[in-house]
Amino acid sequence: MNSTLPAAIAAVPDARGRFGRYGGRFVPETLMFALEQLDAAYREAKADPAFQAQFRRLLTDYVGRPSRLYFAERLTRAAGGARIYLKREDLNHTGAHKINNALGQALITQRMGKRRVIAETGAGMHGVATATAAALFGLECRVYMGSEDVRRQALNVFRMRAMGAEVLPVESGSRTLKDATNEAMRDWMSSVETTHYIIGSVVGPHPFPMMVRDFQSCIGEETKQQSRELFGKLPDVIVACVGGGSNAAGMFYPFVDEPTVELVGVEAGGRGPRTGDHAATLNNGRPGVLHGSFSYVLQDDDGQTADVHSVSAGLDYPGVGPEHSYWHDLHRVRYCSVTDREALDAFHLCGRLEGILPALETAHALVEALRIAATRSPDDVVVVCFSGRGDKDCAEVARLTEQATT
Amino acid sequence: MNPIDALFTRLRAEKRAALMPFVTAGDPDLAFTQQLLPAMAEAGADLFEIGFPFSDPIADGPVIQASYTRALRNGLKLADVFRTVQQVHHSGPVQTTPLVAMASYSLIYRMGAAAFIDTAQNAGLCGAVLPDLPVEEADDFATLAHARNFHPILLVTPTTSPARAEKVVKVGRGFVYVVSVVGITGTRDTLPAELREQIRRLRNLTDLPLCVGFGVSKPEHVRELQGLADGVIVGSAVVKRLENAANDRRSAMTAACQFIQELRAAIG
Repeated sequence: MNSTLPAAIAAVPDARGRFGRYGGRFVPETLMFALEQLDAAYREAKADPAFQAQFRRLLTDYVGRPSRLYFAERLTRAAGGARIYLKREDLNHTGAHKINNALGQALITQRMGKRRVIAETGAGMHGVATATAAALFGLECRVYMGSEDVRRQALNVFRMRAMGAEVLPVESGSRTLKDATNEAMRDWMSSVETTHYIIGSVVGPHPFPMMVRDFQSCIGEETKQQSRELFGKLPDVIVACVGGGSNAAGMFYPFVDEPTVELVGVEAGGRGPRTGDHAATLNNGRPGVLHGSFSYVLQDDDGQTADVHSVSAGLDYPGVGPEHSYWHDLHRVRYCSVTDREALDAFHLCGRLEGILPALETAHALVEALRIAATRSPDDVVVVCFSGRGDKDCAEVARLTEQATT
Repeated sequence: MNPIDALFTRLRAEKRAALMPFVTAGDPDLAFTQQLLPAMAEAGADLFEIGFPFSDPIADGPVIQASYTRALRNGLKLADVFRTVQQVHHSGPVQTTPLVAMASYSLIYRMGAAAFIDTAQNAGLCGAVLPDLPVEEADDFATLAHARNFHPILLVTPTTSPARAEKVVKVGRGFVYVVSVVGITGTRDTLPAELREQIRRLRNLTDLPLCVGFGVSKPEHVRELQGLADGVIVGSAVVKRLENAANDRRSAMTAACQFIQELRAAIG
């Protein structure tokens, strides 16, 4: 084991919300009160068995957990090496892992006595999850979504509206996830006394990265238990896609102190390594401040946020969660990247071989899992965090496929 | 003595509040900013807050964000902002008007806090408002700034607890930026009633000048604040008058200067 690793990698963040040097709170003074209030409410809830029982009951009865750990036999044969298993977060209610966190935070909202929630969304899955939780708890809900993403993800926009949420297209900046996040933060600045901001990933100021990771950790906890039952050991490799990094954080966190388990995060390589063509923050970025937290970011030399691109709206983000930056620097998780083209190919391959259409985000993880499996023995187990289903991406994939053939 | 301290010493003797307009550097270009600042100084501005355009401002409302976007559209670089500020500082009526940077910590971290302060001082800036650096994270920057007599200016809002306000006035220098409302920058019809109480509490904590911003947009607001606050910060309402500068420079500049004159007259 690497001698520079701390005794327990999982023992973060500290009281200031630092994962090593990353994290913290870089927000306007107006929000400090809300963050302190949220931190206190979350700590209380975490220690409260009644809260935990309520959360677990929702995960079981409403979300349908535990999600399956499914042996992808035909993908395994195609790769020709290690056995590939899919942790089926796509089978959750609403079709992705995002619901785990949205329900957890909706419960916290209720606990704090707030009646309104807001959220940012990229691919729309977190927006849908938040709209769902808001409907279930009778909370007023507004979702900010870049107008470019509103176009790419029309189905999810409809779903949110059908559940009573208001979807606000954001026209500023690059009109994607980062700009939706800016707008949601601005809303929160003015509404903080009555509103909770349900951040959808392990990003933002403390305590969000910790809290979202905790709510998503059911993914890794279940995988651990299922692996023991199915293989009598832990997986050899676990692969997950990383935009902000919430499915990866929830999957990896219970394994970071298991040195035999290799952890691989997959970023969006887009069209290539040139600035503006990708969203591979840990691969190509450097530490800086964005959206309230100190972490790797994609910026120019002045500190202005760089343009990013990914075929996947959920990975199209110039930042990454601070805990991923921490794991990256410790070399506990290896972060690689996969291009748009490769992800689109994996989308089709998985559909044809397994009868499962992955979200384009998930397709990124599949590419790397297939690569790794090809180099390993059949004794090895590679688990893919199958973060979401591909329905939302069908129209966009069809458009791109048509574009490529004409 | 830091020019900010000199300004407030003088104005306290004159028993009047400082008029502190905010201007986005490079909106629509730096040549305009270079002409605008001396004209506004002549019209009655006592101190300038120079907004450093940032791609992802979260504390600012739509008016200021749009001005940042306009400024960045033409590839504005920080080095150009500093160069222009330096030129303005060494010419005409702005020589005696303190200049303060308003810059996101994202920009400052990338440049390095020490390098930022040194470059800023070299350009004639004598302090910086850091809208996204709460006091808990401000130690490193503040220590460097204190050692160089460069004033870190921190904010207090209606949601700031008394314990945190105490920390803020300990770390901050020059003046306390008193945010009058919960929310983002932008113009509002009336100033909140609680503001008087907020200022009274702060007076008990500190001798630092208290300057009120966020939502100050009318001569009536300024009249209300004269005698209550040591300074009045006017941001969005100024930037709003400059929105169309790219198409009609002269009208935009005239409108902004006229507005400053009206506000200055309201201070008395």
